[in-house]
Amino acid sequence: MATTHSRTLAKLMLLPSVSLLLIWMIVPLCMTLYFSFLDYNLLMPGDNAFIGLMNYEFFLTDPAFIESFFNTLLLVLGVLFITIGGGIGLAILLDQAIWGRNYVRIMVLAPFFVMPTVSALVWKNMFMNPVNGLFAHFAEFIGVTPVDFFAEMPLLSIIIIVSWQWLPFAALILLTAIQSLDREQLEAAELDGAGPFSKFIYIVVPHLSRAVTAVILIETIFLLSIFAEILVTTSGGPGYASTNITYLIYTQSLLQFDVGGGSAGGIVAVIIANIVAIFLMRLIGKNLEG
Amino acid sequence: MGSITLKQVTKSFGDVNVIKPLDLQIRDGEFIVFVGPSGCGKSTLLRMIAGLEDTTSGTIEIGGQDATHMPPAKRGLAMVFQSYALYPHMSVRNNIAFPLKRAKVEPEVIEEKITTAAKMLNLTDYLDRKPGQLSGGQRQRVAIGRAIVRQPSAFLFDEPLSNLDASLRVNMRLEISELHKSLNTTMIYVTHDQVEAMTMADRIAVFNGGVIEQVGTPLELYQKPVNRFVAGFIGSPKMNFIDVQPSAGDATHCIGVRPEHLQVTQDNGLWTGKVGVIEHLGSETFLHVHVENTGTLTVKTDGECPLKYGDVINLTAPQNKILRFDKAGNTITTDTADKPAISSAS
Repeated sequence: MATTHSRTLAKLMLLPSVSLLLIWMIVPLCMTLYFSFLDYNLLMPGDNAFIGLMNYEFFLTDPAFIESFFNTLLLVLGVLFITIGGGIGLAILLDQAIWGRNYVRIMVLAPFFVMPTVSALVWKNMFMNPVNGLFAHFAEFIGVTPVDFFAEMPLLSIIIIVSWQWLPFAALILLTAIQSLDREQLEAAELDGAGPFSKFIYIVVPHLSRAVTAVILIETIFLLSIFAEILVTTSGGPGYASTNITYLIYTQSLLQFDVGGGSAGGIVAVIIANIVAIFLMRLIGKNLEG
Repeated sequence: MGSITLKQVTKSFGDVNVIKPLDLQIRDGEFIVFVGPSGCGKSTLLRMIAGLEDTTSGTIEIGGQDATHMPPAKRGLAMVFQSYALYPHMSVRNNIAFPLKRAKVEPEVIEEKITTAAKMLNLTDYLDRKPGQLSGGQRQRVAIGRAIVRQPSAFLFDEPLSNLDASLRVNMRLEISELHKSLNTTMIYVTHDQVEAMTMADRIAVFNGGVIEQVGTPLELYQKPVNRFVAGFIGSPKMNFIDVQPSAGDATHCIGVRPEHLQVTQDNGLWTGKVGVIEHLGSETFLHVHVENTGTLTVKTDGECPLKYGDVINLTAPQNKILRFDKAGNTITTDTADKPAISSAS
């Protein structure tokens, strides 16, 4: 049993690492906050005057902000939808007794280990290229005009690429969840007259709800900050059609050298991420209780 | 309705024959217990009757109809699983309603059936709880409730009491027996516990290595086991087996005496031995007596036993209570009078 004494000691021992982590987090945050109130542009070196909320006003009223906000939302929701839907399907397939199942499982996980820039390049040049891409060849083969993916449907193309990366992750988590399902429950349901569809809806899906919640939480954290795939493929364009908040902040601060505006965007992104986090935590709390 | 006939039923997993050709007739309304050591095929056979396992060959008839290749839901049977297999995310009410909803029963009828079943099983106060909030015994009752509402032609129980503690097990044993009396439906009950088998069954089928060794009422199995395996499996504590030298005209290789038939005598008995560990149970006492050249014999005597560790005693048993087994382990069933009496020399 922990005595009061040993608990105090434990806190003391934890103090150095906790304070280091705190400083690690607090200092950049405070600096960003500070910069966001300054007129700080690298192209115009000067006194970096304090301009209050001007940067925020500038960032939030920029038409690009609204567009990239919805792009971020679409990107996150689209990828979540595809990876969870496809993940459940893949997990069910991988759960079947097939020859060489263990190897198939490892192969399925492979895309997750490919770096985002690499996978985006592969997709851009080998699949979605309107002249040399596999899809273009296929379109020509069946006699249709090839689609210029990044010009005609830039956001969808990025959603497809990101989904390809995250599908294995979702499938793997959901597969382990499916494997932990009590077979006797399925048998009981079968005896109770449930067909394959009812068994899936009433037994498998409720059982998977926790795993799905975990997948949503983890994926959302990473999907909010998708960057490499956009930079490599569309550079946010055409226009702002495939720019998300992360990418917008990048263009603001590094392409336009506006440190103040970029910092304001960063703070906005932090606030958005926290709003999402609160929603997710509520969802998780509700789902992980029962 | 609820009669089940198995004809030359077999089951193999690859090269392994789990069930060897087997015939069994289960009568309507009967409480039959499949008992045997683990891995003897009793659960597999139950799952074959339920339709959860394919039958390799032979036929299964339920209510006079060939059901060998029928899907589980069409067989009209209900099963209670060892793990109860309740649906964890549904309330008790929805668990019980699940089979009825799948069968598209009207909501009012479902409500009525749930109320009746809940009253019968003392679950009325728990209908809106989740299975996770119930105790083991209550979960067991929910599983039974889910089975009852379907009004099946037979109930299948797969070791339903093995997850309960000892006192609860005794209670549930009584409840299931009473349920059988009130419903009068065929019940097939799988267990490895011979006490459950003896106390609940109308008839017991003793399984060993994929074959049925013997089918009979509890007393038949106790008094007239067909072989050494059944004799050793039924009865607690286990029967004592003593190897003997077969002589001309007597094929007896081994004799068996139940602990309760051994008597401690003052004068010369059949065996002389030294008392080892004494187990006092209050109502009775188990003596472990070491007999030279024979081994340890278990003796069941009265609760008040004056003997102490190390005492030398004589043991005897009535000749008609001694079972004789031949070389293959089968019981030799000629009249006692024809057989040479067992003497201390053997």
